Amino acid sequence: MSLTLDDVKRIAHLARIEVGESEAQAYLAQLSSIFGLVEEMQAVDTSGIEPMAHAQDVVLRLREDVVSEPNRREACQAVAPQVEAGLYLVPKVIE
Amino acid sequence: MLNASLKELSALLAGKKISSFELTQTFLKRINELNPALNAFITVDAEKSLAQARAADERIAAGQADLLTGIPFAQKDIFCAQDWLSTCGSKMLANFSAPYDAHVIEQFNRAGAVNLGKTNMDEFAMGSSNETSFFGKVKNPWDVSRVPGGSSGGSAAAVAARLCPAATGTDTGGSIRQPAALVGITGLKPTYGTVSRYGMIAFASSLDQAGPMARSAEDCALMMNVMAGFDSRDSTSLEREKEDYTRDLNQPLKGLRIGLPKEYFAEGLAADVAKAVEAALSEYRKLGAETVDISLPNTRLSIPVYYVLAPAEASSNLARYDGVRYGYRAPEYGDLTDMYQKSRAQGFGPEVKRRIMIGTYVLSAGYYDAYYIQAQKLRRLIAQDFETAFKQCDVIMGPTAPTTAFKLGEKSDDPVSMYLSDIYTIAVNLAGLPGMSVPCGFGDNGLPVGLQIVGNYFAEAKMLNVAHQYQLATDWHQRMPLLHGEG
Amino acid sequence: MQWEVVIGLETHAQLNTVTKIFSGAATAYGAEPNTQACAVDLALPGVLPVFNRAAAEKAVRFGLAVGARINRKSVFERKNYFYPDLPKGYQTTQLELPIVAEGGTLRIQVPSTGSGQAYEKDIRITRAHMEEDAGKSLHEDFHGMTGIDLNRAGTPLVEIVTEPDMRSSTEAVAYAKMLHSLVRWIGICDGNMQEGSFRCDANVSVRIKGTDTLGTRCEIKNLNSFKFLEKAIEYEVRRQIELIEDGGRVVQETRLYDPDRDETRSMRSKEEANDYRYFPDPDLLPLVVSDAYIEEIRSALPELPQAKRERFINEYSLPPYDAGVLTSARELADYFEATLRSLLSKGVGILTTPEYPSAEIFAAKITANWVINDLSSALNNASLEIVDSPISSAQLAGLLKRIQDSTISGKIAKEVFAAMWNGEGEADAVIEAKGLKQVSDSGAIEKIIDEIIAANPGQLAEYRSGKDKLFGFFVGQAMKASKGKANPAQLNEILKQKLAG
Repeated sequence: MSLTLDDVKRIAHLARIEVGESEAQAYLAQLSSIFGLVEEMQAVDTSGIEPMAHAQDVVLRLREDVVSEPNRREACQAVAPQVEAGLYLVPKVIE
Repeated sequence: MLNASLKELSALLAGKKISSFELTQTFLKRINELNPALNAFITVDAEKSLAQARAADERIAAGQADLLTGIPFAQKDIFCAQDWLSTCGSKMLANFSAPYDAHVIEQFNRAGAVNLGKTNMDEFAMGSSNETSFFGKVKNPWDVSRVPGGSSGGSAAAVAARLCPAATGTDTGGSIRQPAALVGITGLKPTYGTVSRYGMIAFASSLDQAGPMARSAEDCALMMNVMAGFDSRDSTSLEREKEDYTRDLNQPLKGLRIGLPKEYFAEGLAADVAKAVEAALSEYRKLGAETVDISLPNTRLSIPVYYVLAPAEASSNLARYDGVRYGYRAPEYGDLTDMYQKSRAQGFGPEVKRRIMIGTYVLSAGYYDAYYIQAQKLRRLIAQDFETAFKQCDVIMGPTAPTTAFKLGEKSDDPVSMYLSDIYTIAVNLAGLPGMSVPCGFGDNGLPVGLQIVGNYFAEAKMLNVAHQYQLATDWHQRMPLLHGEG
Repeated sequence: MQWEVVIGLETHAQLNTVTKIFSGAATAYGAEPNTQACAVDLALPGVLPVFNRAAAEKAVRFGLAVGARINRKSVFERKNYFYPDLPKGYQTTQLELPIVAEGGTLRIQVPSTGSGQAYEKDIRITRAHMEEDAGKSLHEDFHGMTGIDLNRAGTPLVEIVTEPDMRSSTEAVAYAKMLHSLVRWIGICDGNMQEGSFRCDANVSVRIKGTDTLGTRCEIKNLNSFKFLEKAIEYEVRRQIELIEDGGRVVQETRLYDPDRDETRSMRSKEEANDYRYFPDPDLLPLVVSDAYIEEIRSALPELPQAKRERFINEYSLPPYDAGVLTSARELADYFEATLRSLLSKGVGILTTPEYPSAEIFAAKITANWVINDLSSALNNASLEIVDSPISSAQLAGLLKRIQDSTISGKIAKEVFAAMWNGEGEADAVIEAKGLKQVSDSGAIEKIIDEIIAANPGQLAEYRSGKDKLFGFFVGQAMKASKGKANPAQLNEILKQKLAG
C-alpha cells in the first residue's frame, strides 16, 4: 500500500490540522516510511485470534446515580480562550 | 544530603536534623544553579514549594508525619496539579492550569510531600529523546550533548543530577524505563491499572501508566506505597488490596529463575550495552539466581503494533484540544474549521502531529481492519508470549535500550530509527505487565546502561526485591554525574 | 405510477437519570449555561469517564419491554468528529455491540384516515444503544460568534432504531406516539419533546409499488414534535417523488426540517465526507450484565401497555379503541382501573343485558366512557395531567355509582361532575345540596305526564294517528317539566302506556 499526497491531505483535514503543500510532501515521506515499518504486521496470520483492547480482562465498574460534581463554571472558564455570559464562544456554526 | 535515600531523608526530618523547608531550599538552589544547563524543569515555583514545606514541618512537629512527609518530589508535567501550570510539554497547554489535582498529585499531597516543580517531557509524552518538548530539549547530565531519553526525560535528568530526591514519570512505550536507563537511575512502570490515570494527561489510554523514578529500588518501593491504589474516577483502575511494596525487599534471591529472551540479545544490541547486561547477570548468578533461555517470538512485531495502537488512541485523545474551552487558540482565523485547523497546526509540534496523522489514518474507513484490528490481535499474541515465558521463569531480564544515550539531534529527523530504539520496552506496555530499569554499569563513552527487569502481573514487590538485592551488591545506582557549574 | 413510501425511525430518548452517563454532574433541564458541565463533560485534560449504572438499567428495561435480546456484553466506542458542542472531539456511543440487540417489536395502532380503516401493525426494533448527548450551540449573535452551552453534554441517551417497516407518515407518527408512551410508561424518559428529551430522525425513501429494493434514503434530523414528524415526512416524500418523476435522482444526505417554511433542506455541515473512525473506547471496559441482573429488571417491569390493552379488551370487553386510549399512558390506565375497582366495591347490582352480560362489563364501559370523554376533555381544557385531576378515582366512582343505581340520570351526572370539578364535594353531597336526585316515584312521574298530555291535545292526536316520531317531543316536555330529574327508563315506560291510551 502506498500513501498519496491526497491521502495526507484527507487525513490532515479529518484531524483538523492545517498543512501547507510543502508540509504535506514532508508528511508523505515520513508517514510512508512509518507505514513501511507497520507493513510487517500484515505478514502474520491472525485468523481466530481475539483482538485485545485492554491489558486486563476486567469489566466496567458501575457508578451510583448520585450528583457528585458541583458547579465550578468560574474555575473551568478561567482557562477558556473566549467566553461571554457563561458561554464558550466559537466562530459561527452553520448547520 | 544530595545522595541521601528517601528513608534517610525521612529519618533526618523525623529527627528534626533538618526541616522540610531547608531541604526544599537546598534542592531549589540546586535547580537554580543547574537547571539552565539541563532544562529538566518546565515550572519551578519556590513560593508554592516552600509553603508546602512549611506545612510539612508543622505536620512533622505535630507528630502526624508519614514516611514521605516533607520530602520534595519533582512531578512530570503530565500530571495536573491545581494552581500549577500543567503543560504536558506542549504549546497547546502552555498556559493551562487545571482546576483539579491528578490522583498521583493528590496522593503525594496526602502524604505531606512537597511538589518541587514540574518536569520537562516530550510533548504529550510522544518521544524517546525529550527533544519534542515545546519548552526545549532536556540534556543528559552525563553528557549534555546527549539526550536523556524520553518521554520522562526531565524527571530522569533531574533525579540523575540530584536536582530532586526522586520524581514521577509515565510510561506508554518505555517512557520511564528508557530515560532511567539513559541517565543511570531506577524506574518502575507498574502493572497497567495499578496507579490511577485520573488527572494524568492521556496519550494512549490503554497503555499509559505512571510510576516512580528514583535512585534506588527501595526509593521506588516507598513511592509506590504512595502512588498505587484504587481510584473510582478511573474506570481502568484495578480494585485490589493496598500492598506494601517494601515487604519483600530483603528476601534472598536464591533459586530465582531469570528468563533471558533470545530476541533481546540479538542483532541491534550495542556491544557495550550487552557487556554491561552480561556482567549484571553474572552478579545475579552470584546472588544465587539461575538463568533460563526463553523466547518472546513476537518482540519484533511490538514496534509496528505499538505504532498503530498508540497513535490511534492518541489521535482521538488529543481531539479535545480544539481551542474552544481551554488551551491554545490561533490568533487569526476565518471560519470554525479554520480556527480548528490553525489552532491545532500551531499548538501541536511535529511529532504530535505526525502521530495524530498516523492514528487518524489507521482508524479511517477501509484501513481499520488491516491496521487497528490486526494490531489488536497481534497485541494478544505478544501478551501470550509473556504468559508462556512466565511458566519458565520468575522474572525476565535484558537490556532496557539497545544503546546508551545518543546525541541530541541524531535521530530527530528519522522517526523510524527513533521508534526502533523502543524495541525492548514496548511489548511490556502492550501486555500491561510491570517493568523496571536498573543501572548496571557504563558503556564505552562512560554513559550509563540500564538492566530491564520484567515481572508477571502484580509482581512489583518481587521485582523491587530483585532490584534491591542487586543494588545492595553493586553501587552503579550511586554513581553521580559531574556537572559543570558545581562547586 | 404508484409509489410506496418506506420509513425507518431513529429515536433519541434522554434517559431520566439524575446524573450524566459518564460524570457525576446533574442533568436537570434549564440550568444557567455551563453550570452543569463538570471537568469530564468539558473534556478537560486527564479526566476520565465513569459509567452511570442507572443508564444501563433503564436501557435494559427498554429492551425487555419490547422483547428484544439483551447483549450480555456491550462495548462503548468512540465516534470521532469535530464539532464545538462535542467537547472530547468524539461521542461515546455503542456500535458493534449495543446493549439492546435484535428481536424487539412495537405494536402500533394506526388510526383510520379519510380513505382507510384503523389497523394494527408490528414495527421491528433493530437495536437500541446507549450514548451521550451533545451540548447546545446558541446562535444568538455574540458579535457574529456562536455560544456553546455544555450542560446537556453527557446526558444519557438511548437511541432506538427500527427496521424500515413504516409505509406512511401516519404509521410513522403512530409508531412515534406508541414509543413515546412506552418510554414514559416504563419510567426511563420524561418524554418532554419541547425540552428535547424525545426526538426522532426519519429515514425516508420512496420506491415504485411492488418493487423490493429500497430507494435512496434521506435522513431528516431532529424532529421534536409529532406534527413536525408528519409534515417533514410528507414534504420529503413529495420532494423525492417529484424529483424522480422529473428525471432526477435522490441523493443520500442529511436534511433538516424547517417548520416555518414547511420544507426540508440539505444540512451542508454534515455532508462533508463522514469518516467517524469508530473504535472501542480504551477508557471504558466492556459492560457486562448477568442473567440475574436482567431477571431482576424484568420482574420489576410494570404490566406493559400492549398487555394491558389486550387485558382490557378481554377482561372488560372494552372496544379496542377505548382500550387503546386508556393505555396510552400508564397513569390514565391506573386511574381507570382504580375508578373501576372503587365502583365495583360499591356493588353494582345484577343488571344484565345482551350488551352487558355482567355487571363488571357494564361498570367498565361506563367508567371508560367517563374517563375518556368527560374527564379527559375537562383535563384537556384545564391543561392538567391525569395525576393532577381535581376529581379522584374514588370520587368519580362515587358519581358513577349514582348513575348506575338511577339516583341521577346521565345528563344530571354531567352537572354533578362539573360541580365536583369545581371542588363542591363528593357526588352525593352535590346531589343532595342541589336537589338533583332523580324522581323514580311512578306517581309523581304519572302526574307530570298527565299534565303534559293534557296540555298538548293536538300532538296527542297526531301521535295516535301514527306519527311515532312525536314520542320524543313528549319525552322532552316531560323531562323539562321534571327539571331533568325524572328517571328516564320509568318515564319512557309510563309515557308509552299513557300515550297508547
